[in-house]
Amino acid sequence: MKCRVCREPAVIDIRRHNANFCAEHFLKLVRDQTEKAIAEFAMFTREERILVAVSGGKDSLALWDLLVELGYRADGLYIGLGIGGYSDRSGQATRAFAAERGLTLHEVDLRATYDYDVPTAAAATKRVPCSACGLSKRHLFDRAALEHGYDAVATGHNLDDEAAVLFGNTLRWQSEYLARQLPVLPARPGFPRKVKPLVRLGEREMAAYCVLRGIDYIVEECPMAAGNKHLGYKEALNRIEAASPGSKQAFYFGFLARAVDRFADAAPAHDEGDDAAACTSCGVPTTSGVCAFCRLLDKAAGAEPVRLTRKGRPIDA
Amino acid sequence: MQVNLRNPNRTLTVPGPMRLTSLLGRLEIDREAVLVIRGGTLVPGDALLEDDDEVEIRPVISGGAA
Repeated sequence: MKCRVCREPAVIDIRRHNANFCAEHFLKLVRDQTEKAIAEFAMFTREERILVAVSGGKDSLALWDLLVELGYRADGLYIGLGIGGYSDRSGQATRAFAAERGLTLHEVDLRATYDYDVPTAAAATKRVPCSACGLSKRHLFDRAALEHGYDAVATGHNLDDEAAVLFGNTLRWQSEYLARQLPVLPARPGFPRKVKPLVRLGEREMAAYCVLRGIDYIVEECPMAAGNKHLGYKEALNRIEAASPGSKQAFYFGFLARAVDRFADAAPAHDEGDDAAACTSCGVPTTSGVCAFCRLLDKAAGAEPVRLTRKGRPIDA
Repeated sequence: MQVNLRNPNRTLTVPGPMRLTSLLGRLEIDREAVLVIRGGTLVPGDALLEDDDEVEIRPVISGGAA
């Protein structure tokens, strides 16, 4: 295997590009694709301040590393989710990454600040854990970005993530979600701009980027996510991709180019509508009187904590 | 060779030499779903793995979804 660019020995093949790359040119490809996404979707400028949502996993740490390498003003926010040893190790990986590079890392700990954690919130609200987790993270990233004056929140969603979410939303024709599945969501009153600079890169590429850059990310999977629908969609898409390389890219970018506008009438989703009033508890725009996060907080804060194994699985599960 | 698998962590001993593609085929692992790492760097798909090699097969699929 030889690098497509320099003909030196390659370290990775990317089947959807039908090409192999050495380490140097692979890293250049990742940087170029990130820059291309930022420019193509007008995500942000080098003058703006970006808050990167970091989890300790490969995508968010790679994104933070890339933005800094590319000369953007990027700080991080880590949310302690309280998923046992998994969260402890995620936090350690994130703090070590920031400290080694002298980067600014903000932290919010759900248990310390709000008296709940994700496993307890899932049980108290009868939501699946990923739903309680996502709701908490979205609210707290939004709040932190606005409080600290950031221009945008950047997340590490990659092409595989977006294709899997699109697959799930399409299976059920969830038009309000389809309308909002964009690489950039503009800022609105009460909500910061949200951007996904890694949408042109697959998750194997992000893991490879971390290995080649020496980024020590947390490899273990979240114990609460095991067996969720999203992972099932990814596996299904990977089987399609194996038979027809480039399918995921064609699916997602074809949707952006030719289909997403058809769902515009279905936006906005849920309680972030234009006719929203301020949440009576926290003040964020909502159409429900009390926003979804504060409703979760009302049930989960102070609830009997769910006991976890050392790996972070609920003991009674 | 020693093969270290992740999520869950376990170790296998497989006789070498063997092509990486053959190893993944033998273990029924989709090579698009993993990286193979030897000595801290990536191993390309056509690499020959020696009997005294130690490699890590690291899954790349991750993520919860809200």
